[in-house]
Amino acid sequence: MASVVEAGVQDRSTDNTPEAVVVRFAGDSGDGMQLTGGQFTLSTALNGNDLATFPDFPSEIRAPQGTLFGVSAFQINFGSTEISTAGDQPDVLVAMNPAALKVNLASLKQGGLIIADTGEFNKRNLEKAKYEVSPLEDGSLAKWKVLAFDISALTMESVKPFGLGNKEALRCKNMWTLGLALWMFDRDRGPLIDWLKGKFAKNPVLADANIAALNAGHAYGETAELGGQVRQQHIPAAPQKPGLYRTITGAEAVSLGLVTGAKLADLPMFFGGYPITPASAILHYLAKMKEFGVTTFQAEDEIAAVASAIGAAYAGSLGVTSSSGPGIALKGEALGLAVMTELPLVVVNSQRGGPSTGLPTKTEQSDLYQAIYGRNGDTPMPVIAARSPADAFECAIEACRLAVQFMTPVMLLTDGYIGNAAEPWKVPDPATFEPFPVKFLAEHNNEGGKILPYKRDENGVRPWIKPGTPGMMHRIGGIEKAKDTGDIDYSPAVHQMQTDARKDKIDGIANHIPAQEVSQGTEGGKLALVGWGSTFGPIHQAVRRARAKGQDVSHIHIRHIWPMPANLGDLLKSYDKIIVPEMNTGQLKTVLRDQYLVDAKPLNKVSGQPFTIAEIEAAIDAALA
Amino acid sequence: MNEMTTIAPTTTVKDWESDQEVRWCPGCGDYAILKAVQRTLPEIGADPAKTVFVSGIGCSSRFPYYVESYGFHTIHGRAPAVATGVKLANPELDIWLITGDGDGMSIGGNHTMHFLRRNINAQILLFNNEIYGLTKGQYSPTSREGTTSPTTPLGSVDHALQPCVFALGAGARFVARGYDTSKNLPEVLKAAHAHQGAAFVEIFQNCIVYNKDRFADFTEKAVADQWQLWLKHGEPMLFGSVKSGGFKGIALDTQRLALKVVDVALGEDGKPDWQAAGVLVHDVTNRSVAHMLVELPMGLFPVALGVIYDDPKPTYESAVLAQDEVARQGKSTDLAKLFAKGQTWQVTEDQGPLSGV
Repeated sequence: MASVVEAGVQDRSTDNTPEAVVVRFAGDSGDGMQLTGGQFTLSTALNGNDLATFPDFPSEIRAPQGTLFGVSAFQINFGSTEISTAGDQPDVLVAMNPAALKVNLASLKQGGLIIADTGEFNKRNLEKAKYEVSPLEDGSLAKWKVLAFDISALTMESVKPFGLGNKEALRCKNMWTLGLALWMFDRDRGPLIDWLKGKFAKNPVLADANIAALNAGHAYGETAELGGQVRQQHIPAAPQKPGLYRTITGAEAVSLGLVTGAKLADLPMFFGGYPITPASAILHYLAKMKEFGVTTFQAEDEIAAVASAIGAAYAGSLGVTSSSGPGIALKGEALGLAVMTELPLVVVNSQRGGPSTGLPTKTEQSDLYQAIYGRNGDTPMPVIAARSPADAFECAIEACRLAVQFMTPVMLLTDGYIGNAAEPWKVPDPATFEPFPVKFLAEHNNEGGKILPYKRDENGVRPWIKPGTPGMMHRIGGIEKAKDTGDIDYSPAVHQMQTDARKDKIDGIANHIPAQEVSQGTEGGKLALVGWGSTFGPIHQAVRRARAKGQDVSHIHIRHIWPMPANLGDLLKSYDKIIVPEMNTGQLKTVLRDQYLVDAKPLNKVSGQPFTIAEIEAAIDAALA
Repeated sequence: MNEMTTIAPTTTVKDWESDQEVRWCPGCGDYAILKAVQRTLPEIGADPAKTVFVSGIGCSSRFPYYVESYGFHTIHGRAPAVATGVKLANPELDIWLITGDGDGMSIGGNHTMHFLRRNINAQILLFNNEIYGLTKGQYSPTSREGTTSPTTPLGSVDHALQPCVFALGAGARFVARGYDTSKNLPEVLKAAHAHQGAAFVEIFQNCIVYNKDRFADFTEKAVADQWQLWLKHGEPMLFGSVKSGGFKGIALDTQRLALKVVDVALGEDGKPDWQAAGVLVHDVTNRSVAHMLVELPMGLFPVALGVIYDDPKPTYESAVLAQDEVARQGKSTDLAKLFAKGQTWQVTEDQGPLSGV
């Protein structure tokens, strides 16, 4: 969500212009739907609408053409009011082939608009989509408005002057469709034309062809008789706080946050990563940010990625690694080493559906246990969860801060949805951030005796000593260690003492993080919805609607998953009932029950799709009935 | 090792001994290796503050605790990956990687391979005792076929891995061999340190508890000159002695393109006439011969020791640093500019949103 302005609940303003519209572009994974969606997003942002997007694509790079499992979709919800989810039900479905129609039809709002490319509704494609008769002709789409015409042929016609081959010409279909969509919502084509010129700078013919297709789609909307089913709509801009804005995805936000965190800590950053969906984007972004003191390293595997980051942290850099659940599992032993040696490290987990390979491109929140508990031994580690793409920026900075201030690895949780989705972001002023510069130990801390690398300060934190510092040579490792000196010592009392010390240090972080706020509603009441991570949007909207109906419900969204804010227990106990909506089978719910002995009730969804607002509203109604 | 830009402090063997009690089994070959390293460090002018010993898990990996420098005892098999991060974060540090046949060739084989392939400037000392010591005597990937152990009571059936063959296969630019009690070991270590890049040294090490005298066939004094082929760049590949029944040499069997042992007669000057016997002269930059030398089967051939291959190539960290520097040239490091990259739009106080850029 962008800057939050509480909006009214009516869906339509007085002149019958909708406050928000949900559009879903769906086609073959080779049809360029993600690109179309991305550009439509940009145009929407430039129009001043608030927005949220949901890229929904298969894990196959190029699934066989026309198949049901090869359908790739991009959904965007935009409006003149605050938007915090990608929308429950699309108002408009653009279906580039029969499979795209079939897969996405169920979610289309009753009375919604279908735009279909009849050029692709041929016998072969219908068979692949398991249609016996074309749905465009058998009346089965009666409850929706259908706008079907031969986009393929129209595109071919529009790019004829450029002499492209058949295949290349048809590739321009997505731009034609985008042109039509831009017309529908009264958008300026200028920024898109600039973008196409830049993208195809080396191949001006392709640039011109795509621009021609875009213009042709736009002109089609303007001039063709669209049967009165479609009229041009202008969605007014959403009220936002003044300032400079851009769109940002979670992966971009994490990257910018890490770069900022390193700068605030006054450290070079070392990022060790290994390709994995949906986390790779962070490595891609950072690899292009060397000028900010970033060194990126594509390691041979997940273990080497984290181990190299630990090595870099030992040598005095801000060590960072990133992965998704399966990769985090592989990193587990090394995370234990970072806990044991007490070295700072930031670990980003872009969660996906599990277990095992699971649903690589779909979203889930099922790594909460793994983040808090998933290592051998008593191995406490702070865990922070981002609620949205823009929020991931601040969370990444916070992860860096905790890592260096407390000499500990920190887990930052995002998910596939946050990583890929885009939303408007108010560009922050770096001068407003509070620096937390690292001070390496420069003076011997035990003059006349041996250096004490594990001498703890009042927060239980040990000094950070860089190899290369004269006179402070010492050894660290994964074996249990004596007080202060860090010498190997696994006597019973020492292990008890150090285990307690490591736990106390992490528990104590609760006093150095912000108190838990109620993000919507009141402290105390009949019902609290307690969430974390990317469920923020649907919970927020559901609570907003419920409160407008007069229901006594509040929304608490936890960023600091471990340790939890010091006031959280009392806050939770001030409500009669607690519901925890999560995209897992009840992990935060269990942690809350364990930590505070509260009767937290689960609301779970693990379909690989985000919660809809309606699902959460229904749970509120049931709880308050 | 590193190019020394400053004059290193003068140290003695004593300066490299930490205050920790050494806890290997009495008689373990590791003691001799530790001494050889501690003797080498002052001679190469190493600076304790800039020296880092990184190890994995196993008997050999306790090594860093006993050296008065910086040290990191990491986790099983992962020392090369940790060392990679250390070196990239601070290329000025001089890194010694300590590993064993289980740690470096089994659980950590992948990391060893990539460390060598990337050619990170460090010395890798692989203590090969052909057995798992710390876990109490199971067979290892370098154990010879038929090794009986708690996990192979009927004898192992898998083929043994040869670390130096692995290293060359992974693209190593320096491969050397020695053994724990050899007086030549410091010389081998010095050569490894002088090499700019990943220097792989296999050290045969006697595990007196679980694999006692495994290498006695060629390390025993009485047989040493018949079964040890010490290689020196520019010198003929000679071994044996008059006392042990004559000199021998390594020559190329041109028919089979393989190495063979030839007898070397004494010349008129009383010295072995190796030229007449066609004995090869060792060239440390000859990769093909290096491959053949490390594959010589024990028992039929002497064991090739010393610096087998040494032909430097640019290191990974120097390439990364150079590339990063170019990438950074002339680029703004202004965060505000970074944040505002791409297409932006301005929202003003009175009018709400506005058209974008």
